[in-house]
Amino acid sequence: MKFALSWLKTFLDTEADADTIAKKLTALGLEIESVEDASAALAKFRVARVLTAEKHPQADKLQVLSVDTGEGAPLQVVCGAPNARAGLVGVLGLPGATVPANGMVLKVAAVRGVESNGMMCSTRELNLGDDHDGIIELPADAPVGTSYADYLGSDPVFDVAITPNRPDCMGVYGIARDLAAAGLGTLKPIVTGGVAGSFPCPVEIRTDDAEGCPAFYGRVIRGVKNGPSPQWLQDALKGAGQRPISALVDATNYVMLGYGRPAHAYDLARLTGAVVARRAVDGEGVTALNGKHYILDSGMTVIADDAGVHDIAGIMGGEHSGCADETTDVLLEVAYFNPQRIARTGQTLALSSDARTRFERGVDPAFLDDGLALLTKLILEICGGEASEVVRAGTPPSGQKTVAYDPALAGRLGGVDVPKGEQQRILEALGFGVVDAADHWVVSVPSWRPDVDGAPDIVEEVIRVHGLDAVPSVALPRADGVAKPTATPAQALERRVRRAAAARGLHEAVTWSFLPEAEAAHFADGQFVWTLANPISEDLKAMRPSLLPGLLGAAKRNLDRGASSVRVFEVGRRYLRAEDGSSDEKLSLAVVLAGEQTPRGWASGKARSFDAFDAKAEALALLGEAGAPVENLQVMGEAGSQFHPGQSATLRLGPKQVLARFGMIHPVTAKAFDIDGPVALVELFLDRIPAKKGQSGFARAAYAPPALQAVTRDFAFLLPLGVPAGDLLRSVKGADKANITGARVFDDFRGTGVPEGHKSVALEVTLQPVDKSYDEAALKAIADKIVAAAAKQGAVLRG
Amino acid sequence: MEQLEQTLAAIAAADTPDAVEAIRVAALGKQGWVSALLKTLGGMSPDQRQAEGPKIHAAREGVTAALAERKGALESAALDARLAAETVDLSLPGPEAPRGSVHPVSQVMDELAEIFADLGFAVASGPEIEDDWHNFTALNMPETHPARAMHDTFYFPDQDAKGRSMLLRTHTSPVQIRTMLAEGAPLRIIAPGRVYRSDSDATHTPMFHQIEGLVIDKGIHLGHLKWTLETFLKAFFERDDIVLRLRPSYFPFTEPSVEVDVGYTLVNGKRVVGGGGDVENGGWMEVLGSGMVNRKVIEFGGLDPDEWQGFAFGTGVDRLAMLKYGMDDLRAFFDGDARWLAHYGFGALDVPTLSGGVGVKS
Repeated sequence: MKFALSWLKTFLDTEADADTIAKKLTALGLEIESVEDASAALAKFRVARVLTAEKHPQADKLQVLSVDTGEGAPLQVVCGAPNARAGLVGVLGLPGATVPANGMVLKVAAVRGVESNGMMCSTRELNLGDDHDGIIELPADAPVGTSYADYLGSDPVFDVAITPNRPDCMGVYGIARDLAAAGLGTLKPIVTGGVAGSFPCPVEIRTDDAEGCPAFYGRVIRGVKNGPSPQWLQDALKGAGQRPISALVDATNYVMLGYGRPAHAYDLARLTGAVVARRAVDGEGVTALNGKHYILDSGMTVIADDAGVHDIAGIMGGEHSGCADETTDVLLEVAYFNPQRIARTGQTLALSSDARTRFERGVDPAFLDDGLALLTKLILEICGGEASEVVRAGTPPSGQKTVAYDPALAGRLGGVDVPKGEQQRILEALGFGVVDAADHWVVSVPSWRPDVDGAPDIVEEVIRVHGLDAVPSVALPRADGVAKPTATPAQALERRVRRAAAARGLHEAVTWSFLPEAEAAHFADGQFVWTLANPISEDLKAMRPSLLPGLLGAAKRNLDRGASSVRVFEVGRRYLRAEDGSSDEKLSLAVVLAGEQTPRGWASGKARSFDAFDAKAEALALLGEAGAPVENLQVMGEAGSQFHPGQSATLRLGPKQVLARFGMIHPVTAKAFDIDGPVALVELFLDRIPAKKGQSGFARAAYAPPALQAVTRDFAFLLPLGVPAGDLLRSVKGADKANITGARVFDDFRGTGVPEGHKSVALEVTLQPVDKSYDEAALKAIADKIVAAAAKQGAVLRG
Repeated sequence: MEQLEQTLAAIAAADTPDAVEAIRVAALGKQGWVSALLKTLGGMSPDQRQAEGPKIHAAREGVTAALAERKGALESAALDARLAAETVDLSLPGPEAPRGSVHPVSQVMDELAEIFADLGFAVASGPEIEDDWHNFTALNMPETHPARAMHDTFYFPDQDAKGRSMLLRTHTSPVQIRTMLAEGAPLRIIAPGRVYRSDSDATHTPMFHQIEGLVIDKGIHLGHLKWTLETFLKAFFERDDIVLRLRPSYFPFTEPSVEVDVGYTLVNGKRVVGGGGDVENGGWMEVLGSGMVNRKVIEFGGLDPDEWQGFAFGTGVDRLAMLKYGMDDLRAFFDGDARWLAHYGFGALDVPTLSGGVGVKS
């Protein structure tokens, strides 16, 4: 909402300067976005008189002027304007001045060989108008030598952000009312001086849609003369950021911007028969004033005559019946439209307008007559003519509301005790009525405040005018003792794995929750993918079913920037759908390792690329930090189609409980994501990690180191190629649980000396004696058990 | 004792442990000349023994000592030579371990959780794919409410089983409703998380992070809100000169509604939070939206607004991170550029604690 100080002053008697007003508006909740003073840019432009005008010796279209600037000797100025002539009083830009229209800084310069000490300006150059046919001509008695800014007078323009609850402040008058209540002047009453009609309204006006248009007031003014509106009106509208159009249109805009009261003027000659507010017929169309054609539906209210629709009610008039220069008779419409219907219609048509903004927030239902009178008066003043009697079809809602209010609530809710007298003063200044009942006040709400319907709203009115600065800070009551832990187990888990991953050398990325559809589909694994109806772009359309695609994108960007090694992870949600159609968001952690695990080095030799075991190491380490029972995890297959089938695996707790998947990327996936080189992937399904059971306290089990020293024994087995070493290891570990406390694979050899179809797998087994040290017989017995257990996996002890 | 002289000279001249050993054998070995002399002692008369004994023993000791000394010297020289040969160039690099980092958004969320834990606020969460009832209706934004249109909402074509339209939450405020319904009152929570608006430019991304705060209790008023926000911002920026400016505003879910500006001064072209904004080079910057929870919202949360009242606030986590740690482009937050992450990210051990400080100095 923009308006100039001069417009505000027509409603508010005030001595306050622009800065004070701006600060107060912000303090009232009418947030100032900017205060612009066009005249400030004109301080270096001066009222000056042309003394002589001679033809430029080198150019036909230029003249060399001698200009009196009010001080010192006259200046020589080269000028190309056809109206430049001796005796003209105009506006001279002096060297150093910046031309508002183009930002050019004036300086002394030769123009076609003749020195010019400034520039005589047109209105367009000074951003004061569109005229560029000649230089500005001021009255002959304009004071030569004064700054043009001073000559014009300063009229700062305020740009105020109006929150949607304040339709009353979508007119300058409402803003003036707030300022007056806050002590910044006196509000001038609205004088409509009701304009009596001199003849019956010649048009039938009706509302056939009492819900959408409860009230439709109208009248005709005949014999008007349309054309450009007077300068004061044009200036006011320009200050408000509106383009003047014609006197009739400008008058309706003035009433809308001045009083927050939209109205519409139809060219009566373009109407046929009764003018009716009714529901649109499905499929009916109208070309609006913005030149666009809109197809309407029966949920929308329109103003129509026998020939068709002329107005999308409360939003935008029709092109056909709009006022033009030749208009002589007008029908004025001042109506009350249902805010919800306006909102819905505007949303459906995706059509915004100043009228819609006001109607959907709620215009003053008690201001129809006044609005119509103000508009009539203005048109009669500017365009002449003769007004008919007013037709009032329907009745606007009463807008009468009262609120039971306890003045103590200002302190109880607003945190500041405002004396009753001051509260009453504020409320009454804002137009509220206050009646002191026995134990509370009955506050009547002015018709222009649809937002106020409860006691907290009254508190807001009181404290915002009283000043929020006056609210003292009061400490929240504090619970006894030190702060208690607040993180839930899921939050604690998330924090822990995040820092564990960072500690392992991975960078945490935060990537978009949405992906291109194809990327989401690639990782959907048959699950439902949430896909936006109105994405901001095709790249941000489908909610990620996995964190991997986003990280792959990040990895690719890093590689494209020349990174030789990328280690990134993300902790976040993957988006699934629950049975009942609601969202099912699961906590995940994903890692992408791309490029070199180790760069070439003087000690390590050639660079080593990431492989599936790097992925496995991350998966197990992070699962361990997450509290998963890593000792019990099984390495199984079926990591998914995005993974290299021979170099990927799942980590499971039992056959169905997949806690993680990891491995090398499938070449098809790499291609789909346009990423080159070795890429290892890890995805942890943190939501599936079972909660720890029976965590009771902090004390740990007693420390009981074994009394006897453990011994290790090595076993080398021939194992069929298809049997995973891990299976052999698990069998061996389980061969004699009383004695075997550990086992690990330390060699996997294929080739010379190993039979075809087999591999040699060597294990180091740790044996822990309990009561007495092992003798040969005991060791042999254990070894036999190990060999027997290994045999179940098809393993044969190597000779 | 000419032999002794010769032997000692030979020892001094011996340049390998083997040469020393050979001399030892020649002198002290079973066949050695010292051993031979020692054997002669047995056949001597007492007087002779008295005279010769000490000489022979002295010769033995002299040779033994000289051998030991020479052996030690040679060993020491050999060790020196070996160590010299083992010299490595320690200007060469050792094995390198990659350094990881925690994203600024995560770090700041941890900081906020730490600060608010001290004020008694637990951390709550809710789904990012929300239904329009929780995101709008229950927050006092019925279908035709103008504020709905101002939210630039991302919609899904889907509805849930209750026929509610599914969308991406536009703010963390629906967590207010979910928490009230689930936990009742009294309540002190913060709810950080991702939110979405269909908006994209240098300072807006279609996804960003918010943190919501909610207090529901008896006798809570605007003064408590002001104190809480002041206390939080002082703790977050670790400055005592934080000055807030409260401005009346409008949010459908609070009444009265208050926008909160924080004073800053421009230092080298960057905003530094602290002090009042009405000074030279100063200004006010909006950091929070807040207010007293609307009675209707409390009702939607299943509570009696005559019994309970409270306040709520919301702010942008990314913006707080930018203000505190100096990033100036929001879009870089979501690019995953490892160079940016290494520059602006935080060490794994930078865990915010009240005793160690919630912020990480540059």
